[in-house]
Amino acid sequence: MSDPGLESLYREVILDHYKNPRGHGVIEGADAEAEGQNPLCGDEVSVYVAFGEDGETIDDVKFSGRGCAISQAATSMLMEMVGGRTATEVASLDKDELLAEIGVPLSPIRLKCAMLGLTTLKVALHKAKGTPLPEGLAGFDELDLI
Amino acid sequence: MTGAVCGRAIKGRCERAGYHLRVAVKAVAKLNAHTLRADFPIFEQEIHGKPLAFLDSAASSQKPRQVLDAMTDFYETSYANVHRGVYVLAERATEALEHARERVGAFLNAPDAREVIFTRNATEGINLVAYAWGLSNLGPGDLVIVTELEHHSNFVPWQFIAGKTGAELRMIPLDEQGELDLSVLDEVARGGTVKVVATNLISNSLGTINPVAKLAEWAHAQGAIYVCDAAQGAPHTKVDVQALGVDFLAISGHKMCGPSGASALWGRTELLLAMDPFLTGGHMINSVRLEKTTWGELPHKFEAGTAPMAEAVGLGAAIDYLEAVGLDAIEAHEHELAAYALGRLGEVPGIKLYGPPADRRAGIVSFNLEGIHPHDVAQILDLQGVAIRAGHHCCQPLMQKLGVAATNRASFYLYTIPEEIDQLVDGLQAVRKVFA
Repeated sequence: MSDPGLESLYREVILDHYKNPRGHGVIEGADAEAEGQNPLCGDEVSVYVAFGEDGETIDDVKFSGRGCAISQAATSMLMEMVGGRTATEVASLDKDELLAEIGVPLSPIRLKCAMLGLTTLKVALHKAKGTPLPEGLAGFDELDLI
Repeated sequence: MTGAVCGRAIKGRCERAGYHLRVAVKAVAKLNAHTLRADFPIFEQEIHGKPLAFLDSAASSQKPRQVLDAMTDFYETSYANVHRGVYVLAERATEALEHARERVGAFLNAPDAREVIFTRNATEGINLVAYAWGLSNLGPGDLVIVTELEHHSNFVPWQFIAGKTGAELRMIPLDEQGELDLSVLDEVARGGTVKVVATNLISNSLGTINPVAKLAEWAHAQGAIYVCDAAQGAPHTKVDVQALGVDFLAISGHKMCGPSGASALWGRTELLLAMDPFLTGGHMINSVRLEKTTWGELPHKFEAGTAPMAEAVGLGAAIDYLEAVGLDAIEAHEHELAAYALGRLGEVPGIKLYGPPADRRAGIVSFNLEGIHPHDVAQILDLQGVAIRAGHHCCQPLMQKLGVAATNRASFYLYTIPEEIDQLVDGLQAVRKVFA
C-alpha cells in the first residue's frame, strides 16, 4: 500500500510538537508580527518576532492560534529552526527544509496546513524588514497582507 | 427501488380513495438503501483497502448509473448546440434540454417551466438575483436580511451587492439548538426597509430545517422579496415553490444525484420580466443593433451563452430517479439515519454534537472531538475508508457563533447505509487512540 499509514503521518514527533508546542505564546511589543489564515479550514496563526541587538538576528520567536496537528507541529518545528538566524536568511528559507523536518509525505491540501506558519513568518519579516515575500504571495499589494 | 415505488403507490391509493380513517398508522414510504447502492458505480471500489463509507453527500452527491447513461446517450445520439439550429440533431438536443427544464419545473411545482433558469450552481442562481434584482432595487436605508446559518453562497453575494448599493446586511440569529430565533424578527428589521429576506431551506452545516413558508409570509408583510437557497433542501425533501410562497429559489443539481455544472434558479415571472439580465452575450437576445440590444423571452434572457446541455439532461434524469425512489421515502430514510448517527456518535467519549434533535434536522451531523482538529479527524478517517468533510463548510459566520474554526460533518443520502455510520464511529475511536 503506497498510502501513508497512520503511523507515518501522525508519527510520534509530530504528535509531540502538537501536544507540547515549542515557542507557543505572544511577544508583547514584537519587532515583527503577522497573522495568517488558511481559507480551507479557517485556521489562524499569529507569529511574533523579536530581533537581537543587531536588529537583524532573530532573538525570540513565538506563535499563537489554532490549527490541526500538522499546522501546529510544523509551526512549532519552525520556531525551533529559525532562532538565531537573520531575517534575510529566514526569508529565503526553502520550504523543503521545513518539510524535511516534518519528515512525512503530505497531500497538497495538508501542505497548505504545514506551510501556514512559515508563510506567516515570512510575511511578518517582509512587513518589518522589507525582505522578499514567500512564494505565491509575491506581487501582492501591501493592502492584501494586512 | 421496487419497494419505494410500491410504498408510494399504496400511499397514493389510500389518499385517492379517502381511506385515511381506515389506516391507523400513515404508511411511510421506505426505501432500501442497500439495493439502491447497486445503482451507484462509485461504491464498487475500496479506499485504502476498506469499503468506501461516503459521508459527504451534503457537499456533493454520488451519481446513479441512470444519470450517467442519460448523459452518455445524449452525447452519443442527440448532441448539437441547442436552439436556432434547423437540423435533426439540433432539434433533438433542444427538445432534450427543454424536457429537462420541464422536469425541473414540475419537480419544484413551478407554475411555468419558463420560470426555470439553468445555472452552473446554486451560487450562480443567487448571484443572478443579487445582481439583476438587487442592483436596481436596493439602496441606502434598505435591509437585506440573511441568517446566521447561511452558506457563503447566500451571504457573500448579498453582502457584496449591499455594499455596492448602500443597503445594510443583517442576520437572523440562532438559538442554542441551532435553529432560527424568530422572536427577534421585528428587532432585526428595526430602523430600515426590509427589501430582501434570503435564507436556506436546510442548513448545510447543522441540518436545521428552516420555517421558510412562515418567513416568506413575514418577508412579504414587510414588502420584501424572499430568496430561498434550496441547495441542501431540494435533494432531501419535497420542494414546492408555490406552497413555500417564495419569490426565488435556487437548487444545486450535483447535490441531488445530477452532474456538476447544471443547477437551476426558479423565479416568479413578473419579477424575472421586470429585471435586467445578469450575464449578457449570445443566445439571450432578441435583436442586437449598435444602438441597442433587446432581451430574449424567458428563460433565455437569463441564459447567456451555450447552456450546460448534457448536464441539464443529467439533471432531468436525476429528478426522474429521485421521484421514482420518492422524496418522502428519502426524507424518512435521512431522519432515520440522523437519529441513528446521533445515538451512535453520542457513544464516542469527548464528542460534541451540534444542531437540533434528529426529528427537526435533515441527514447532516456536525461534531467535534475534544482537543482534536477536524482536519486530523478527517485525515485519519480517510485512511479507514471514511469520507467526511472537515472545515468551515462555507459557513464562517456560523462557525464564529459556535466558537470554533471548523467542525467535522457527516452527511447522508438515499444510498447511505447504517454500516457506514458504524464505520465512522469505529474510525473515531481509532482517531482518539492516535491522539490519546
